[in-house]
Amino acid sequence: MENRDTIIELKGITKIYEDGFKAVDDFNLEVKKGEFVTFLGPSGCGKTTTLRMIAGFDLPTEGDILLNGKSITGLPPYERPINTVFQRYALFPHMSVYDNIAFGLRQKKTPKDVISRKVGRVLELVDLEGFEKRGIQTLSGGQQQRIAIARALVNEPQILLLDEPLGALDLKMRKEMQLELKDMHDKLGITFIYVTHDQEEALTMSDKIVVMNEGRTQQIGTPEDIYNEPVNAFVADFIGESNIFNGMMTGHLKARFCGGEFACVDDYEEGTHITAVVRPEDVEITPPGEGTITGIVDSVIFKGIHYEITVLSGKNEMVIQTVHSAKVGDRVGMRVDPENIHIMLAEDHTNLFYADVNSDFRLEYNGHRLDTSLTAIIRGSRRREDGTVVDANGEVLEPGRVRILVFIQPDDIEMTDDQDAGLIRGTISNLIYKGDHYSYIIHTELEQDFVVDDEYLWNMDDRVSLLMPVEKMKFTLKHK
Amino acid sequence: MAWKVCKRLFLILVLLFLYLPILLLAVYSFTSSTNIGAIRGFSIHNYVTLFTTPELTGMISGTVLLALGAAGIATVLGTIGAIGAFYSRRNASAFITTLNQIPVINADVVTGFSICVLLVVVLHIGKDSYIPLVAGHVTLCAPFVFLSVMPRIRQMDSSIYEAALDLGATPFRALMEVVVPQIVPGIVSGFALAVTLSLDDYFIAMYTKPATFDTISTYVVNATKGAQTSIKTALWALSTVIFLLVVLVVLVSNLRTRRLAAAQDGSLTR
Repeated sequence: MENRDTIIELKGITKIYEDGFKAVDDFNLEVKKGEFVTFLGPSGCGKTTTLRMIAGFDLPTEGDILLNGKSITGLPPYERPINTVFQRYALFPHMSVYDNIAFGLRQKKTPKDVISRKVGRVLELVDLEGFEKRGIQTLSGGQQQRIAIARALVNEPQILLLDEPLGALDLKMRKEMQLELKDMHDKLGITFIYVTHDQEEALTMSDKIVVMNEGRTQQIGTPEDIYNEPVNAFVADFIGESNIFNGMMTGHLKARFCGGEFACVDDYEEGTHITAVVRPEDVEITPPGEGTITGIVDSVIFKGIHYEITVLSGKNEMVIQTVHSAKVGDRVGMRVDPENIHIMLAEDHTNLFYADVNSDFRLEYNGHRLDTSLTAIIRGSRRREDGTVVDANGEVLEPGRVRILVFIQPDDIEMTDDQDAGLIRGTISNLIYKGDHYSYIIHTELEQDFVVDDEYLWNMDDRVSLLMPVEKMKFTLKHK
Repeated sequence: MAWKVCKRLFLILVLLFLYLPILLLAVYSFTSSTNIGAIRGFSIHNYVTLFTTPELTGMISGTVLLALGAAGIATVLGTIGAIGAFYSRRNASAFITTLNQIPVINADVVTGFSICVLLVVVLHIGKDSYIPLVAGHVTLCAPFVFLSVMPRIRQMDSSIYEAALDLGATPFRALMEVVVPQIVPGIVSGFALAVTLSLDDYFIAMYTKPATFDTISTYVVNATKGAQTSIKTALWALSTVIFLLVVLVVLVSNLRTRRLAAAQDGSLTR
């Protein structure tokens, strides 16, 4: 049965563009009346495309959009009781503020006196009383944004769509508008669907967050759920700052990762391949020897309310936020409260590791060069004539400031006895027979755990080298 | 020092090269001489002939009417074409844009001759009607209107059309109330360009015009060949008038842009 509280429902929405690019893949969502829902994800994740399909600018290739239980999938935008606040405001430059706001009402042949009353009221709502006669060009960015919101709200839509509306504003203005928008939402009771790539914005404003990546929904939940209980490495990584490690359960409520064995509260079977997430603010620095693991302080950055300290434990990197400073080069211990370690089943057992960008702008892992180019990994980037790489915005990437998170599937990795053939060496520390193949956990010389699927039987504690074909890897760019 | 003089001299030479011929004509148009070479004294009889001979005034007003009419039709068609091409799929848009470039580069003789063959010979539209002539001039002008409107559409924030739809406007109303006002400068300059093109044209008019009708171009070509000196010298006056009109239009439009820019600066700093 339809839930009476549901205002809009997206069922199995898929959008494939003419060039074959799958922007949105099997998207399902129910939004309740009056909810503030945020689509959150990196650029190109399909969030704006989804919003455009709700607005009616794009038609889904597959799937159905229901508004109050009725399909609106094929309805043109001008017949939907939904209004949009555009990324760059999209105000009509040849019209005054009044005419901009009145545009929607005029289309509906609203009587003149009603229009002027409603425009007055909505201008009051966005705090711009008396701006009726002003031209659009004479307004500041923040004022234009308010007019764009007023222009949408004056039509009293059932749903207000906001496509990164604060993206063009400076930080202070953005914070202010976040609160104001939230306030308007609470006052008006209209359903808001908000698109952003800013996780902090999403956490601040939303009742419900939909985290998206590569056209797929990763997790739907309240801001608290998403921050505290991310379902996979992508969400953990995207929401807030986090240390993410591949590891293995080594006993009851015991997990091995980052070169140490930690007590935890998530119960998984021994030998399970896991992903562990530790928030930087949850790591405690102890005198060396007293913590679970020890490491050398690699960098200390003062951030105002805290220090951001990076500690290298073997080849693993732990980012820590603390109010106490430390000295670069110091040996320190690290401890994490079991409550603050979030263990996830390594989702479909994807292996992930960080690769560095060397001074030639090439990828490197464990001293081996990965045979791929940065420009293929970073959307819109290009290599300039002097050899440096610039991103889509034309900004030069600094090799020391970025690293690349690499994903590779267990069945794409091959084991070999030839110790120098692979990217990294390790020991088989667990094996499970899975019916038609064995699933191995390899503990590497860099204290990481990889899952490898192989149909042949290897023995526990065998020394192997891992062959990882670059063409099977997936990459995402991370800024340090 | 010598270099500075050289530069000056060069500039003066270029300007003389550009303006001396028309100056010469202008000077002679105010004399009673019938041949360039001997000035016999000031007279405005050329201007009197120009504005009182029915044959001349008819020809001038006919040319102007043709230019305005053809430019009007071409502006509507070119604008619709540009909007259509802009909102087409990428391949279709590129195809239309390329097709539009060919008549721009193509020789007028070919355009005129082929229209004449199609309309008069194949479709049997009488050459005594104005249809082939108007069709010819519209064909000449529309691609240029397309070219002058297109950049304006590209500059426009493409989401304002979507914003209009989003606010409940039908596609037609969104086009008329939001898109067209944005591209008016392109449409106006396209229209102006179309008018001058039509006024300038000789080849297309020659192939498609009714025998009894003459545009300024075709008339001037015939008259300079003929022996009627009073008409010939009246054409000096006509050239001068046209030149002065052009100067006026350029000055006014430059002043306008300057004032607009100043107004915009003012509103920004306010």
